[in-house]
Amino acid sequence: MTFMFGGFGLSGIPENCIAELHRLNVTNVTCISNNAGIDNFGLGFLLQKHQIKKMISSYVGENAEFERQMLSGELEVELIPQGTLAQRCRAAQSGIPAFYTPAGYGTEVAEGKETRKFNGKWHVMEKAFEADFAFVKAWKGDIAGNLIFKGTARNFNPNMCGAAKITVAEVEELVPVGTLDPNEIHIPGIFVQRIFQGAKYEKRIEQLTVRKRN
Amino acid sequence: MGLSKEQIAQRIAKEVKDKYYVNLGIGIPTLVANFVRDDISVEFQSENGILGMGPFPFEGEEDPDLINAGKQTITALPGASFFDSAMSFSMIRGQHVDLTILGAMEVSQNGDIANWKIPGKMVKGMGGAMDLVASAENIIVAMMHTNKAGASKILSECSLPLTGVNCVKKVVTNLAVMEIANGRFRLLERAPGVTVAEIQSATQGDLIVEGDIPEMTF
Repeated sequence: MTFMFGGFGLSGIPENCIAELHRLNVTNVTCISNNAGIDNFGLGFLLQKHQIKKMISSYVGENAEFERQMLSGELEVELIPQGTLAQRCRAAQSGIPAFYTPAGYGTEVAEGKETRKFNGKWHVMEKAFEADFAFVKAWKGDIAGNLIFKGTARNFNPNMCGAAKITVAEVEELVPVGTLDPNEIHIPGIFVQRIFQGAKYEKRIEQLTVRKRN
Repeated sequence: MGLSKEQIAQRIAKEVKDKYYVNLGIGIPTLVANFVRDDISVEFQSENGILGMGPFPFEGEEDPDLINAGKQTITALPGASFFDSAMSFSMIRGQHVDLTILGAMEVSQNGDIANWKIPGKMVKGMGGAMDLVASAENIIVAMMHTNKAGASKILSECSLPLTGVNCVKKVVTNLAVMEIANGRFRLLERAPGVTVAEIQSATQGDLIVEGDIPEMTF
């Protein structure tokens, strides 16, 4: 099965969905996720139990177990440009089978792919993702599936809604229909098939950087 | 020899102009924000979804829902906006960002850049770098001129897997400021105390030196 996971680094990841997939011991998973978590959090949990067969990501540093599995050949890894990753989600969400992007032209990312020149510049054809489940995390949501995200925890989450056969949204606060202002909804409920309020959010910080008060 | 990483960032900061939208890569480029003149108005874009990125938060005010592309905790300045990843790369590929500053492992004289993979050793991924270099009109590369063993990283041809082809226009290293035009590097400025001969011997690619080469000012 192919799963999409929202989040950038550890920000905006569907913590509760990941914990449940870990508990259920779902294996042989192809993951579409910008990053691969860290050793003991996020998708790192699923990696430690060898539940992941293949990762499709743009950046996978900061995870020693990931690196070990990749170099030993246990884990298949496809690295793609971050903008291409986002757009392949968006294409799947919006019924566009493929698109052309300049990203990756002339690099190994373009190998085996159709290329075409538009306005004097080369582009690479990239295809929409096909996934079974999208697991996303929002700040607030209602029973109709409408979602509002917070800060940079938004990232890939809105692009993955409706980009898989079933979209599962977990939210910090689940409210009754009619509570959210329709003007402020980022993702309409039509893109979301399941919604629940997460039991708890640890929200780990990957790189704590602060400045001193004068 | 030559500039520290902070000084490279300080020199690049001079290229940042009023009203620019700027994307800063991880490493030396991140430091550039510290040196931008405070009498001009610049908005920093971070590709994970913020325009109007501010400095690090005060201790105790960090927010896990507010980070930059390096996963560091940050703040949002007045007038900032948040957006999703697809929109972020619409800004980048759509050439709405005025200046992109990123690091590199190697650059070549026809403007190729390599910065995402060392086969058999290090594979972290390209992140947003391939989208940035493929689309940005105005790219400055911040890097060290040579590796720790002293071998040049300013090459006739990159040896590492490429991030983008024919895209880099300007390179600022610990030794020099160079532009890339017509398939060659051209020396524009040298670091204080560094001679043209020293730059030439640290540069493997073709380097044009014409007339007096001024020392950098900051």
